[in-house]
Amino acid sequence: MTDVELTVSVPGREPGSIRLVATLVVTAMLSGIVLAGAFQVTKPVIEANRMRELRAGVFTVVPGATRVRTFTWRDGRLVDAEDDDGASGPVLYAGYDDDSSFRGWAMVGEGAGFQDTIRVLHGFDPTQWRVTGMHILLSRETPGLGDKIFKDADWVASFDALAVEPPITVVRDGRDEAHEVDAITGATISSQAVVKIINEANAAWLPRLPPPGAEPALERDASGDTP
Amino acid sequence: MTDHAVDSSRLYDEFVKGIWKENPVFVQVLGMCPMLAVTNSAVNALAMGLATAFVLIGSSVLVSLFRRLIPRQVRISTYIIIIATFVTVADFTLEAVVPTVHRELGAFISLIVVNCLILGRQEAFASRNPIHVALADAVGMAIGFAFALFCLGATREILGSGSLFGVSLFGENFEPWVIMVLPPGGFLMLGFILLFFNWVQQRRTLRPSRVSPATREAA
Repeated sequence: MTDVELTVSVPGREPGSIRLVATLVVTAMLSGIVLAGAFQVTKPVIEANRMRELRAGVFTVVPGATRVRTFTWRDGRLVDAEDDDGASGPVLYAGYDDDSSFRGWAMVGEGAGFQDTIRVLHGFDPTQWRVTGMHILLSRETPGLGDKIFKDADWVASFDALAVEPPITVVRDGRDEAHEVDAITGATISSQAVVKIINEANAAWLPRLPPPGAEPALERDASGDTP
Repeated sequence: MTDHAVDSSRLYDEFVKGIWKENPVFVQVLGMCPMLAVTNSAVNALAMGLATAFVLIGSSVLVSLFRRLIPRQVRISTYIIIIATFVTVADFTLEAVVPTVHRELGAFISLIVVNCLILGRQEAFASRNPIHVALADAVGMAIGFAFALFCLGATREILGSGSLFGVSLFGENFEPWVIMVLPPGGFLMLGFILLFFNWVQQRRTLRPSRVSPATREAA
């Protein structure tokens, strides 16, 4: 076999410590340069992908929306995300149509699913006080069972015009109230997780929303802040 | 035979051995972690095969190129740095180019670093052979690994989702064997495929004795 080759170490010809350290230092330095380069090249593309996906998600869950504005919550008020440098907290999206009129809110929530974290985006209509749609941004649920939370179109559609008060509940024997969602057969935990995530996001954001009709405009006003 | 002819036949041998005779999965049974974890669809299997090929070929070339400069005592650490660099580059690239596949593969891309096939080839082959031989070996092994992943991924997708590359094959009435896309299905299918390849190998080694009387009669 060509793979095997005896390496005989000759005493006195062992490389010194400096050589060993130098080899590792040079390798690690070159590696660092390559990685920094690859990161710089791919970062803008990766961020653009994420943004595009998120916007597409907002347009799905807020009917009629074609434009989006992003807000964060700081010091008891909604702040445009562009003014909130380095913000990493939860964000709220406002969807507007082509005529710049407000169509609804969209919020992101995340929590533990059956296998791993599930991240859910859902739309909210403040005049009807109802959920307007649900979109899974991230899920590693079991293929064939748990992944029905985004593959089963009927189940996803059951979040359209879903009442949020009392909090949404998962039922096993057919929904008949406006705030109920059916459990998915074989994926009860995943379906409960999605509902729990939406309820938590609602609990966090709904009290903070401005009254219907007082939503911030698509174009930012001079102060940059919103009521 | 001229030196050149010897050289190119050796290159050819090193290249094909990884695809069949020493296939990393079917014969050496290496790299089982990605093999079982990401082969629930043909696309995922191919993406993992390509990412692994990129890492294996890139690091084999570098390790072979610098084999005389890397002292034995720190060779493993150096190889791991080289491999990890390629893996991270592959990770960034996949996330930028095919975000959906990247999300499906998840942590298993980073885990290519510890795929024993890759470090194994560096230690056993690339560090002891000139660059063109190491390249032939790495390309062969990479194709063999991708082929094995694809076999498993395609069969599991066909049985478990009733589709291939996302295209539905059997229509509405097919009830997918969900178990095939779950982890147990991976073990089952791998078992069947290993059985099949061993059976083929065995037939091959038995064939000469079985064939020879017939050829003698014919003669």
